[in-house]
Amino acid sequence: MKFTKTLMATTALTMVAGVAGAADMADEMTIVSWGGAYTASQMNAYHKPYMEKTGVNIISDDSSAEAVAKLRAMNEANNITWDVVDVVASDAMRLCDEGLALEIDPDTMLADAPDGTKASEDFGDLLVSECFIPQIVYSTTFGYRTDMVGDKAPTTVCDIFDLATYPGKRSLQKRPIDNMEWALYCDGVAKDDIYDVLGTDAGVDRALAKLDTIKDQVVWWTAGAETPQLLADGEVVMGSTFNGRLFSAIAEQNQPIGMLWDMQSFDLDGWIIPAGLSPERQARALDYVYFATDTQRLADQAKYISYGPARKSSAPLVGKHADLGIDMAPHMPTDPANAANVHLYDYSWWADNRDDLDAKFQAWLAK
Amino acid sequence: MAALTPISRKPFWLVALMVGGFGAFFGLFIGTSNGSGITGAIVGAALMVGLAWAYINLLKNEPVGRGITFAAFGIAGFAAGGLPTAILGALIGALGGWLIYWAYEGRYRAYLAPYLTWQQVLWHFGFRTICGVIFVFLITPILVVLPLSFNAQNFFTFTPEMLRFDPAGYSLKHYQDFFSNNEWQRSFKNSLIIAPIATIISVTLGTLAAIGLSQSHVPGRRAIMAILISPMIVPLIISATGMFFFYSQIGNWMEGSLGLDKNLVGYIKVVLAHAVLGIPFVIITVTATLVGFDRSLTRAAANMGADPVTTFFRVQMPLILPGVISGGLFAFITSFDEVVVVLFVGSASQKTLPWQMFTGLREQISPTILAVATILVVISIALLTTLEFLRRRSERLRGMSPS
Repeated sequence: MKFTKTLMATTALTMVAGVAGAADMADEMTIVSWGGAYTASQMNAYHKPYMEKTGVNIISDDSSAEAVAKLRAMNEANNITWDVVDVVASDAMRLCDEGLALEIDPDTMLADAPDGTKASEDFGDLLVSECFIPQIVYSTTFGYRTDMVGDKAPTTVCDIFDLATYPGKRSLQKRPIDNMEWALYCDGVAKDDIYDVLGTDAGVDRALAKLDTIKDQVVWWTAGAETPQLLADGEVVMGSTFNGRLFSAIAEQNQPIGMLWDMQSFDLDGWIIPAGLSPERQARALDYVYFATDTQRLADQAKYISYGPARKSSAPLVGKHADLGIDMAPHMPTDPANAANVHLYDYSWWADNRDDLDAKFQAWLAK
Repeated sequence: MAALTPISRKPFWLVALMVGGFGAFFGLFIGTSNGSGITGAIVGAALMVGLAWAYINLLKNEPVGRGITFAAFGIAGFAAGGLPTAILGALIGALGGWLIYWAYEGRYRAYLAPYLTWQQVLWHFGFRTICGVIFVFLITPILVVLPLSFNAQNFFTFTPEMLRFDPAGYSLKHYQDFFSNNEWQRSFKNSLIIAPIATIISVTLGTLAAIGLSQSHVPGRRAIMAILISPMIVPLIISATGMFFFYSQIGNWMEGSLGLDKNLVGYIKVVLAHAVLGIPFVIITVTATLVGFDRSLTRAAANMGADPVTTFFRVQMPLILPGVISGGLFAFITSFDEVVVVLFVGSASQKTLPWQMFTGLREQISPTILAVATILVVISIALLTTLEFLRRRSERLRGMSPS
């Protein structure tokens, strides 16, 4: 009987501990983001000051990669557990079209710039969807192993396709976006004509033919952490990934990696608020977003990660890295020296053609 | 064990066959890492056969021969890549030197029965080799993780400093990260809350179900059994999708009608889902133990005036306890390792350790995951060792010899 008693006592104790643990987390909100260094930068720049200011406890959930699918399921089950979600602009557009995200009026729901400029003007062109609150500008660009390229550091994106000068594996993201554009650009298509050419079947074949020349030397990645790991291992000579990941590997981890900014592909990342929250949760989410996207907060985030703030008024406030003390401005994708030749990723073109090209790209991959 | 069979020296072709195979095996690995596996295998085989011939026909002194092989391979390894390869080379050398004389002197025959045919001898060692290889394949991935968790860098890579055994290449910072990082601590705590409660529920319900289903008069017991163990057979992702919608409704009802706290409801949902996954394991192990349970004991207890509950706790439970405990262990591990269902059913406040490891692997390849894995491996070994000691102790107390 002693055994049973111990068992019952343990059960009771664990239950009580569980309930007590749950009770002191009553006033909390769940914020979804991408994880890793990126979530850490948001934690430092937004979550911590907000928790101090309001006493709300913020739980972070690293599920942005499956945000669209999960929000659909949550909506279906009428059980939305997320309060604010960090997504890329194209996902925000899809969620907005499906009615899964709350529409935002920037001038009434977001903070003005310190000089009184309205938010809609401060964010400007970056407000690409009615539901989307831009946060950062990031870019998908290339890093290379400085000790594996000899004396000739790569200078243009077309060096990716140059197997003679830079033998070895390269890593590319497993999706048509960016790769197709880079392939056409390096096949001699003028930058302005890329999307016109890619809109034809012949153009798609041309891009895939260019990618064919390096296909057996490509390692395809799906998660942002893969290319830094492959570069650190020396498994690949060069590879594409998000510029913040490369900055972290170079500046914080001291890896022998160099940046290749040529034809970097700009993209936006920002917040959406799920539609269908209860009024008090929605009010709290709006309050959080108002706080976290003001001029100073956006500039603060750049202290922890090298992504450019989405507000024009934040740019002059970008300072030094919080731990390393180095100037962050030269590491921003938007810095004039880095942005000499950029590729402007066309959202609306991809929204129309994504499914078709995905199918062709996957078929090509399987060949 | 004393020698069973008088041994005799073997012909050279047999020795050449064995050591040649040995050389080819290691040559294949070394060759592959340097460009050509086939060249490596041929060179390795030729080198070992040549050494064997020289030792047998020219040197004729075993300790010297083995010493030379050991030292030469060690030095060659040192020349190739410093201390780690020197150790590896010396090990291969020691093994190769031993193998040459083991084959030549016919020592492999000494402890086998004299009447075995050569095919049986071959199978005797072949079987052991296969077992060894399987063991290596199972255990190497786990062993590789252990040193990597002490990496001073934030990558899953053996750095040059680590390979040189330079202390600067090692650090405990990933362990520090695990113990100081809020996210890791919270998910560890969640796992420690969810897994034991789910285990207790599955053990209770699973044991009751197994006892009930082992009674021959229960109608449709095969069908009930099949339904109860179906969570083990249905692909997890399908159970998880179903559970997501089912528990969302239950959760809404508990929050809306019962007025329970959102977090508490979250825990209840995950615990129930994990209990469902754990029940089949308990049913199967307990049913298996019940096969050996003598039903006349319960009748004897009833005869002496014990009611069914007393009979269960005083007679049946102690006898089937090993099955219950091992079922409980499986249920615990299922909940503790489970990532798919909790991703669907749980919300971020119920993030468990496997969930945190999963997202950590996908979004940020951080060696903290390896540090956690190492800690879990050590805990598992400690748990199993303790269980084994307790089992032996109880057997000793009962006057049985440990088996």
